[in-house]
Amino acid sequence: MALGVPRFRRNGQGSSTGDLPTQTTQGSSTEDLPTQTTQDPSFALPEAGGVAARPEPLVGRPPAEPEGPSTVGVGPYRLAFRRLRRNKTALFFGAVFIAIVIVCVLAPVYSHDVAHIGPNVTNPTGTVNGKSVLSTSGVPIGPTFTAHYFFGADSDGRDLAVRLLYGGRTSLIIGGIATIIIIVFGTLVGLLAGYFRGVVDAVLRPLMELIWSFPPVILGVAVGTALALGGIGPIKGNSIFIPAFIIGVIYIPYLGKPIRGEVLRLREMDFVDAARVQGMHPWRIMLSEILPNATSTIIVFIPMMLATSILLEAYLSFLGAGVQAPNASWGTLISDGITYLDTTPSFALIPGAMLVLTVLSINILGDGVRDALDPRAQVKIQT
Amino acid sequence: MSEERNQGAAETQELREAARSLAGTGKPMLEAEHVQLYFPVKKGILVDRTIGHVHAVDDCSIALREGETLGIVGESGCGKSTFARCMVRLLEPTAGVIRFRGTDITHLGRRKLEPIHREAQLVFQDPVSSLNPRKRVGQIVGTPMKLHGVKGQNGVEDRVRELLGRVGLNPEHINRFPHEFSGGQRQRIGVARALAVDPRLIVLDEPVSALDVSIQAQVINLLDDLQDDFGLSYVFIAHDLSVVRHVSDRIGVMYLGKIVELSPAKELYTKPIHPYTQALLGAIPIPDPEENRARERVVVGGEPPNPVDPPTGCRFHTRCPHATDICKQVEPPLAEYPGGHLAACHHPQNVTEEEVTNAGRSPLSPLVAGGLLPNGKEVPVPQADTNGAGGGLAARLKRIAPG
Repeated sequence: MALGVPRFRRNGQGSSTGDLPTQTTQGSSTEDLPTQTTQDPSFALPEAGGVAARPEPLVGRPPAEPEGPSTVGVGPYRLAFRRLRRNKTALFFGAVFIAIVIVCVLAPVYSHDVAHIGPNVTNPTGTVNGKSVLSTSGVPIGPTFTAHYFFGADSDGRDLAVRLLYGGRTSLIIGGIATIIIIVFGTLVGLLAGYFRGVVDAVLRPLMELIWSFPPVILGVAVGTALALGGIGPIKGNSIFIPAFIIGVIYIPYLGKPIRGEVLRLREMDFVDAARVQGMHPWRIMLSEILPNATSTIIVFIPMMLATSILLEAYLSFLGAGVQAPNASWGTLISDGITYLDTTPSFALIPGAMLVLTVLSINILGDGVRDALDPRAQVKIQT
Repeated sequence: MSEERNQGAAETQELREAARSLAGTGKPMLEAEHVQLYFPVKKGILVDRTIGHVHAVDDCSIALREGETLGIVGESGCGKSTFARCMVRLLEPTAGVIRFRGTDITHLGRRKLEPIHREAQLVFQDPVSSLNPRKRVGQIVGTPMKLHGVKGQNGVEDRVRELLGRVGLNPEHINRFPHEFSGGQRQRIGVARALAVDPRLIVLDEPVSALDVSIQAQVINLLDDLQDDFGLSYVFIAHDLSVVRHVSDRIGVMYLGKIVELSPAKELYTKPIHPYTQALLGAIPIPDPEENRARERVVVGGEPPNPVDPPTGCRFHTRCPHATDICKQVEPPLAEYPGGHLAACHHPQNVTEEEVTNAGRSPLSPLVAGGLLPNGKEVPVPQADTNGAGGGLAARLKRIAPG
């Protein structure tokens, strides 16, 4: 010391850095000492500290204790998973959603082994239990609760239950593909715009604002109708990939913008500066320092975007701009059934109920996931 | 508290004093020459217009010698952290030159800075935001080693454990996450990360400001020990003088982006020349209330002026109790007083008339400052010398280096 001032060292306790073997067993470092009054070396171990307490490098010193489980940290995701496991409501609706997915995936099995009729097979003259599936005025039959025509028929005499499962499969596939598109590109765009700012941001942000400024349904109907007529390149107009692609692109800004904001906040954090001072490559900073901190936001968005995508698909299909005939989806089934709302209300209500149940269970599961990831967060997410 | 132990402490103290007296005799390790960093202030909806600049660091020069601890103090917002970030090239100055061991690093790219970053590291103020919450301690401390190809004798993990032990943490905690540590422990992790690449220089950006007072002492003692063991040079930034006085060999006082006083640590406390330094010293609480009440204090009221539009002349004149007309018009250069004590003031305090008469203009003075010394003499102002031609800062520093 250049000055003759007393040092801050607490003499009775030895060096602040003297890591005594007794402490290692408690799994704590020196800062916790004052609270452990009985273990404070200044009382219990008067000889242990001392002036020579400059810590020796620990090379060569045998480990004081076998490594216990307490020394392995519990990560934020494991903590979140533990919290989610305690949320029974979320778990229940998660199970409901998984059940819906399994049933829809098994649609071909049901079609082949139970109903014995394909999803797109028209059978206007067919009968079930002696009754015609279509009345003379063309009104389809309601639920029969038998293997054939379990939920009744549609206006062309097709088995509604089979079409419901196939339609669910279509809706879930479109929702899933759209969600993948949203997550991948939304994250990418948000990361790039937020991290590089400047020119990259000046290009990406207006693009996102442009899409954002249209109401999703109107944009979807406009683009969906155009593409359903022409198709894109090798993809035909009636492919289910077209609505999936449209929905994905429409919702990219809905994830991209929050991610961009998150990245703008994170890039000012000191640990990013620390990485920069270490000479880390910008791409690596983005992927290994910033992205892991934005992951919980992304995870929260996954169920939300899935539910929103399935809903938008239903809107578009209902309006005729989504899934094209003869493919079924919940949206097209509701649209088909709406004509018979007074005569055979189950035709429209059953697919509607399936849609509601699916979206509801995803949303409740999503809420649980969000609460688990950030228990202190206020309700703030909006679509 | 045995007597024996106290005696040992005194011996250690003496050894330290001896080591310290040798410090600062080497060549300058880091030189900052007339460094200036202006942040543009932008306004506009679609097209940003620059409507002004924040004068964060305005023409600051400093030289750090091998093994030395240079303290930098000043109020919040005076530019000390920005200056520090310029030194390790986290920020690129808008003007001026930064040299590391004689190499101009002012405008080097990331790849070219790699060897510099191995030697110069940074410790941050906020122990919460300086550690990535998604990474385990082992990754946080080990990543810089991997980036720079530093391998311990028994691999990276072993060296991480060794470092953790060295900074007073339990090496077994290598797999824990930052949220499982207290503030002081996190700051130790930050220190371990800085040490990971075996640096020669560590810039400490308010390393203890966010900590509890008792923990502050522990961390400062740790830093002190590490300096002796590894032969580190420190740039130690703090916003109060009581913290830096214990560690610094020299102290620079900054006000609104300018260095107003630069002096060996002891000198600064015994005879502060600049009124602002006096005010800062007056802000240090004295534990004895009677003594505290009895002393005469220079009290500076108000807030620092807006750094977008700093006052003309001496930047401190708006709050200075000694300010006169000259202070509003002419920016004072850093004048040299005996003992390597520099101060930029037209009305120096605690100096004899003789010292004022003999004072000369320091080459560390801002280029825009006039040549008007406190003794009324006008000396010629040298032209900007940013290419290092004509001896550069190092040669000129020799003249002002304290004996």
